[in-house]
Amino acid sequence: MKTDDLISLLAADPAPAPSKVGQRFAVALGFGIAGAFLLMVVTHGMRVDLAQATGEAMFWMKLIFAGSLALAGLIATQRLGHPGVRLGGVRLALAAPVLILWLLATAVLLTAAPAQRSYLVFGETWNTCAFSIGLISLPPFAAMLWALRVLAPTRLALAGACAGLLAGALGTLVYALHCPESAPPFIAVWYVLGIAIPTLAGALLGPRVLRW
Amino acid sequence: MERTKSRDTRFADSEKRLRELLLQGLGGDTPAYHGFLKALSAHLRAYFRRRLFQRPDDIEDLVQEALLAVHNQRHTYQADQPLTAWVHAIARYKLVDLLRALDSREALTEPLDDELEVFAASDTDAAEAKKDLDKLLAALPERQRLPIMCMKLEGLSVAETAQRTGMSESAVKVGVHRGLKAIAAKIRGSL
Repeated sequence: MKTDDLISLLAADPAPAPSKVGQRFAVALGFGIAGAFLLMVVTHGMRVDLAQATGEAMFWMKLIFAGSLALAGLIATQRLGHPGVRLGGVRLALAAPVLILWLLATAVLLTAAPAQRSYLVFGETWNTCAFSIGLISLPPFAAMLWALRVLAPTRLALAGACAGLLAGALGTLVYALHCPESAPPFIAVWYVLGIAIPTLAGALLGPRVLRW
Repeated sequence: MERTKSRDTRFADSEKRLRELLLQGLGGDTPAYHGFLKALSAHLRAYFRRRLFQRPDDIEDLVQEALLAVHNQRHTYQADQPLTAWVHAIARYKLVDLLRALDSREALTEPLDDELEVFAASDTDAAEAKKDLDKLLAALPERQRLPIMCMKLEGLSVAETAQRTGMSESAVKVGVHRGLKAIAAKIRGSL
């Protein structure tokens, strides 16, 4: 077929340009969060002292950390899905929640009694936390990659990583309803590590599943 | 200085003209959209020719593949965005994809060009494409192939195509749309 014929063919395509991007991402967010919540309830269970925890500042800090990271991840993922759109200031929005958390954790560690520091970092659940976040992030991970396929990312590893980071942040948001830990140094190490798992998986999977 | 200036002016003209055509086309103006694709194909051809001078046989294939990609991804163009950035990102993605498929060594030297270059030159002489789109079309399922053939080869409207094929109008639209996506996927797979 000659290129001119192809052009006539494309120009004759009667379907209007699909603009269901927002809808698809909304569906993915809904199913991803619901899936993560179900998985969390079935495999871990809600924390028994949830009602009491809502009175603690650190409970909300964890939610704000994960929520702001998810929001930045959502914007970054959408931007990377549009050819020629740069990340720009979103980089800062992605880094800020983690940097602020690390600053807070450092301050807590420096002011704590030396004998307490190890407990502040390792808590009771350090050996399962990151893995649990990675597991609970699986439903949003699949959902976000599916949503991103409606767009056209040109940097596949980076786009996959951002989708993974978004999934990890959503998983963390849900996991915080189970996790009894509340020391900033613990969050700064194990939550961040947990989010890094789907981020890395997204970077590795992106070039395979996001091609178009 | 003179040359740079004239190049920039030319670029700005192309950007403005092509962007208007595309926006009209996205609004349902078929002749404008046809004009957009036609002008774009010339820019793409010149762009790929300069980067594939060692593989002249692949140029027209890549032009067609990039046109299909532009068409199938037209919902990702945001009206407040420079068109050249969008087109360049797509053209470069398809070029890198081809180089990677051809030779992993060549892919290491990804083209580091600036995005204005995609509108810097234009080449309207279409060579014959190596890959036969007609064969790809023939391999499509009937509900996609028939409406494409009717609308393209016989120039029928959606309503006429629906009448001729006995399909509903929405089935015709969906068939053409999915068929074009499938052709794009097959071109990619056959690299």
